[in-house]
Amino acid sequence: MATTLDQTIARRQRTLGGAILGSQTFWVLVAVILACLFLSFATDSFATAKNLYNITRNVTFVAIIALGMTLVIITGGIDLSVGSVLCLCSMVLAVTMHAGYGIGTGIAVSVATALVIGAFNGILIAYLGFPPFVVTLGMLSVARSLAMVASNNTVVFEFGPDHDKLLALGGGSTFGVANPVIYMVVLALLTGFVLRWTRIGRYIYAIGGNEQAAMATGLPVRPIKVCVYMISALSAGVAGIIQTGWLGAVTTNIGAGMELQVIAAAVIGGANLAGGAGTAFGALVGAALIEVIRNSLGLLGINAFWQGTFIGSATILAVLFDRIRNFRRSE
Amino acid sequence: MGRLVVLLELSNISKHFGAIQAVNDISLSFEAGQVVGLMGDNGAGKSTLVKMIAGNYRPSHGTMRINGNDIVLHRPIEARQFGIEIVHQDLALCDNLSAAANVFLGRELRRGIGPFRVLDYKAMYRRAGEIFKELRSETRARDLVKQMSGGQRQAVAIARTMISEAKIVLMDEPTAAISVRQVAEVLHLIRELRARGILVVLISHRMPDVFDVADRVVVMRRGRKVADKPIAQTSPEEVTGLITGAIEGG
Ligand SMILES: Nc1ncnc2c1ncn2[C@@H]1O[C@H](COP(=O)(O)OP(=O)(O)O)[C@@H](O)[C@H]1O
Ligand SMILES: [Mg+2]
Repeated sequence: MATTLDQTIARRQRTLGGAILGSQTFWVLVAVILACLFLSFATDSFATAKNLYNITRNVTFVAIIALGMTLVIITGGIDLSVGSVLCLCSMVLAVTMHAGYGIGTGIAVSVATALVIGAFNGILIAYLGFPPFVVTLGMLSVARSLAMVASNNTVVFEFGPDHDKLLALGGGSTFGVANPVIYMVVLALLTGFVLRWTRIGRYIYAIGGNEQAAMATGLPVRPIKVCVYMISALSAGVAGIIQTGWLGAVTTNIGAGMELQVIAAAVIGGANLAGGAGTAFGALVGAALIEVIRNSLGLLGINAFWQGTFIGSATILAVLFDRIRNFRRSE
Repeated sequence: MGRLVVLLELSNISKHFGAIQAVNDISLSFEAGQVVGLMGDNGAGKSTLVKMIAGNYRPSHGTMRINGNDIVLHRPIEARQFGIEIVHQDLALCDNLSAAANVFLGRELRRGIGPFRVLDYKAMYRRAGEIFKELRSETRARDLVKQMSGGQRQAVAIARTMISEAKIVLMDEPTAAISVRQVAEVLHLIRELRARGILVVLISHRMPDVFDVADRVVVMRRGRKVADKPIAQTSPEEVTGLITGAIEGG
């Protein structure tokens, strides 16, 4: 009896292999790899150094924001304002540098803007009980409008004395890897580390799993929620800064509709909109799938109007997979 | 019985939620190494009372004393620092986390130094496994709570109280949702806690459970205390009457 109880307690419910095969992220990764293999054989232009460089760089903007979004989604929230926050932060950076300030000041002001917006969203949601959907929908409108006010709705493409530094920051490469890709990898490792190895990470999952329980246990639920919205806005701000350096110009419509791609990336990567599930790696994989779909349509000569259909279908398919798994379990 | 030291003392504790008077002017004193059954109809205020002791709610009026010292609890963490642990009625578990993660929620074991401390998964799995073994519960530390039976969930909730040096364990309906065999296990565990000198406050609807393990029974009706008797000096019939109001307490 004693030994059987010992054995039962010590037994693992699933093996590592089983856990991998059961994860949505793994299958999305397989889809990405298969799509890449297919495109390498089906087209001459996919597996070229230039195209791969472009793909990896294009992935980063959605992926970086998807990291922040994933944290929000794990807590059971949503942030619809990221596209507009990206725009506002880009514009604040551009206008500041255009006015003659250095790149350090520009980035500081831009990051501060993001943090203030995130804190505003978070405080309304965590302390005043506003629904995340409403608050961030409002901010979607406010942030873009502020970007228009800040720039008087013009295009900014001269960034003052540190112009070249900014372009190198976003447009340059290191050892053949586009700089934005390096930032993405670093941020993903950081996010993954926090989620898996720190208390805050664990509490983020706990809040998404059962907010009442987290409260009753005395976890700092509200501060953590404010924190995740600040990180989400910050990730949008960082993506905005990098994108500004890459594009070399800022208009008031950059990032428009981006929130949908970002949410799709997070969800495809395994984040659950009901809260409690999601990973940093999943966010990258989801963003990668979206970019590969987008890139491949162009290469295969399919009309770009189909893009939305494919990305939308991928989102639904990814979640369908999760549903099927749940059905099987409840049987 | 030897002399007992007053461990926890409630004086004129009240709690209202807006117009609802959930707990009304309750005074009680508890001694270490006792099991006190707390009974009453639905809505009598039992959960509210223990939640105040556990730091979930602040009393509207009244004072609490531990070992003779006044205490004011603003949050559950502070109650835990006084050795007060609670098993909530709704269990308050996170389904998406492992059993071990739930057991250590808010008190994670970490390794490393200074700011570079990370969660110590191995130690938490090991320690949680040891506790489940002590509880003689077939609960696996790595399993997600999502996939657990009612008894296993109860074991996880109770294991939460056992990772620290608890002096007071408050249990809100721990036997409400589990099988007969598991009820016996929980009652066994309660005796185990008492043997270690822990005060157990057991909220239950089940008369046999209370009369099986409790030393004393306190009955509440509509927020008020209507009886506080040694178990030997009362009967299930009397307690039932006190709960329903057929017998006037006081
Ligand atoms: N958080 C709360 N807000 C408002 N009313 C509450 C709250 N908690 C409990 N109550 C009310 O207080 C009364 C006592 O509830 P409770 O302590 O849960 O009773 P019991 O646990 O004895 O069934 C009930 O009328 C209940 O509706
Ligand atoms: Mg209750």
